[in-house]
Amino acid sequence: MKKTYQIEVDCAACALKMEEAAKKTEGVMDAVVSFMTQKMNVEFAEGADEKKVMKAVAKACKKVEPDCEIEF
Amino acid sequence: MTKKQKKILYRILLSLFLLLLFSSVPFATILAKVVPVKEQWMELILFLIPYLIIGYDILRKAILGVFNGKLFDENFLMAVATLGAIILGDYKEGSAVMLFYQIGELFQSYAVGKSRKNIAALMDIRPDYANLVTEEGTKKVSPEKVEIGSAILVGPGEKVPIDGIITEGNSSLNTSALTGESVPREVAVGDEVISGCINQTGVLTIQTTKDFGESTVSKILELVENSSMKKSKSEGFITRFAKVYTPVVCILALLLALVPPVISILIGREGNWAFWATNALTTLVISCPCALVISIPLSFFGGIGGASARGILIKGSNYLEALANTKYVVCDKTGTLTEGSFRVTEIVPQPGYSKELLLETAALAELYSTHPISKSLKEAYGKSLDAKRVTGVEEISGKGVRAQVDGHRVCAGNKKFMRDLGIELENANSIGTLVYLVIDDTYAGFITIADEIKAGANEAVSSLKKQGVKEVVMLTGDNKAVADAVASKLHLDRVESELLPGDKVEKVEELLEKRLPNEKLAFVGDGINDAPVLSRADIGIAMGALGSDAAIEAADIVLMDDDPRKIALAMRISGKTLGIVRQNIVFALVVKCSCLLFGAIGSLSMWWAIFADVGVMVLAVLNATRALRIKE
Repeated sequence: MKKTYQIEVDCAACALKMEEAAKKTEGVMDAVVSFMTQKMNVEFAEGADEKKVMKAVAKACKKVEPDCEIEF
Repeated sequence: MTKKQKKILYRILLSLFLLLLFSSVPFATILAKVVPVKEQWMELILFLIPYLIIGYDILRKAILGVFNGKLFDENFLMAVATLGAIILGDYKEGSAVMLFYQIGELFQSYAVGKSRKNIAALMDIRPDYANLVTEEGTKKVSPEKVEIGSAILVGPGEKVPIDGIITEGNSSLNTSALTGESVPREVAVGDEVISGCINQTGVLTIQTTKDFGESTVSKILELVENSSMKKSKSEGFITRFAKVYTPVVCILALLLALVPPVISILIGREGNWAFWATNALTTLVISCPCALVISIPLSFFGGIGGASARGILIKGSNYLEALANTKYVVCDKTGTLTEGSFRVTEIVPQPGYSKELLLETAALAELYSTHPISKSLKEAYGKSLDAKRVTGVEEISGKGVRAQVDGHRVCAGNKKFMRDLGIELENANSIGTLVYLVIDDTYAGFITIADEIKAGANEAVSSLKKQGVKEVVMLTGDNKAVADAVASKLHLDRVESELLPGDKVEKVEELLEKRLPNEKLAFVGDGINDAPVLSRADIGIAMGALGSDAAIEAADIVLMDDDPRKIALAMRISGKTLGIVRQNIVFALVVKCSCLLFGAIGSLSMWWAIFADVGVMVLAVLNATRALRIKE
């Protein structure tokens, strides 16, 4: 399953950090962050609970970039 | 400006005011007389106020970063650099550097946001509403809510929100947002219209044939918005570079602060700690890789935006990047280099017959036929045909027609038909489909119908060559004579004819084997039956794709109209974008490295260091937005 989320992030380097953090989150197969369109594409692992995984992703992202927002 | 940006602007103004105030009026001396605190401490406390106002979030992020194991990011660097300056006694400079950094950040965020919006606006073809026709009159609703088969009204100046068929009215449509083509398209009842076009003159009633989500405009938006998700190789390079760059600079700064003083002391001189610490802090400020990280995706985004404004949809930065290295362009013939529609190109009557008579007779005989060939005969004749003049029409499948025209027995058809009739034919060396005509059992001549070469095809091939393409190859299922004729007219390098769809894949694979590792192969087709080849090539380009879902799906690059010259234009956009990316990488690295060098030996002030960080980034961003503008 693939989904796109609206995000808010201020700098390009921070967007890269968010991408790294999201990729390492459990339940995420792959993640891509586009700073340009302020969007995050997440590909979930099979059987993953979207809400739970996204919560973990948001937490991981806040850790690397306290100013970021993810709408989910 | 966004809320966040406004907030930081107020903080900048406030702390700038305080900083100027404290530097011009000796408050510390005055206060020290009143309060029992040393003057030096008083000054520190005073300057800490603007410092904290402007820098509290940076300090917070730096502390959070340390706890989360992200030691060496730009927040940490700024915190260490400014706190270091304060500890060394440069209160003013410490606060000023933080202030300057924040001004830079704000400027950068504003510039980036602005260019992001500019590009997005260029691609904004999203309709805001649809005028739904209901029993109580028309209602403005969001396009998502319109069901298939509903009637919607589109007034002059409005966007067509959903794909459909015109049931009432006629008008001219501006398709430039979709195709980059400025000539408006005339439409009338029964014509299909595509969402995203702008209605210019009349009021149209449209019966929708698709949901909003399935409409052309949604498909295009989705495609372009997702394009920056497919990252280019240069982006990958910079990501890896940034990961190494920041920690390396931090470690260098640390060594710079420790090693020279220690050596000095060892060889018996003074340590000069403060001097080397300042140098180390200066290098820290320069170490943020942001200019590189931001300008590369922004350049690609600009290039993709500029291309889409000209009717070229590129599905990813990686394809835009690959396009500049295209050395082999393989084209389909029909619909790509030729019009794909048939026209009368030649009329060759036997002695005693006129060209007009031949064409008129043929058109009348084929009056009832719907075959593309007979359609082109009727089109070429141009005048209206009186059905009363034709009787006893008999179609002989795969061969031709037999009919009575003005009382004459007329047979029109191919070679096989003529053989059946026992007519001897001379060997005509015309290229195309020949329709032979027999009037009252006597051979009267033939009409050649051929697919015409597109108006821009010649220019397209020559400009591809100018872009450095080594070979332009045409693959076609058509017969050799037709294919060779097209190839020689267009000066193609190679032509392969009479191919089955599977053979095309084979030919492309042969070329893929032959090319050098860095060379790319692009296949251009009209998207019909081309899917396997489109996906096999490095870059699949579908053209004339307006409204064709299959082509949009299968290709990497979609040309919305069917102008082959757009291929070379896309390559030019790609070349320009890559040029800008290279300029930015080199510029940022050269400035940063030289500043690092001067900073390390102590001949660079903190201000220059900030310029090396923020100034370079802003210049790189401005340069990146150039990718948006491409000369025709």
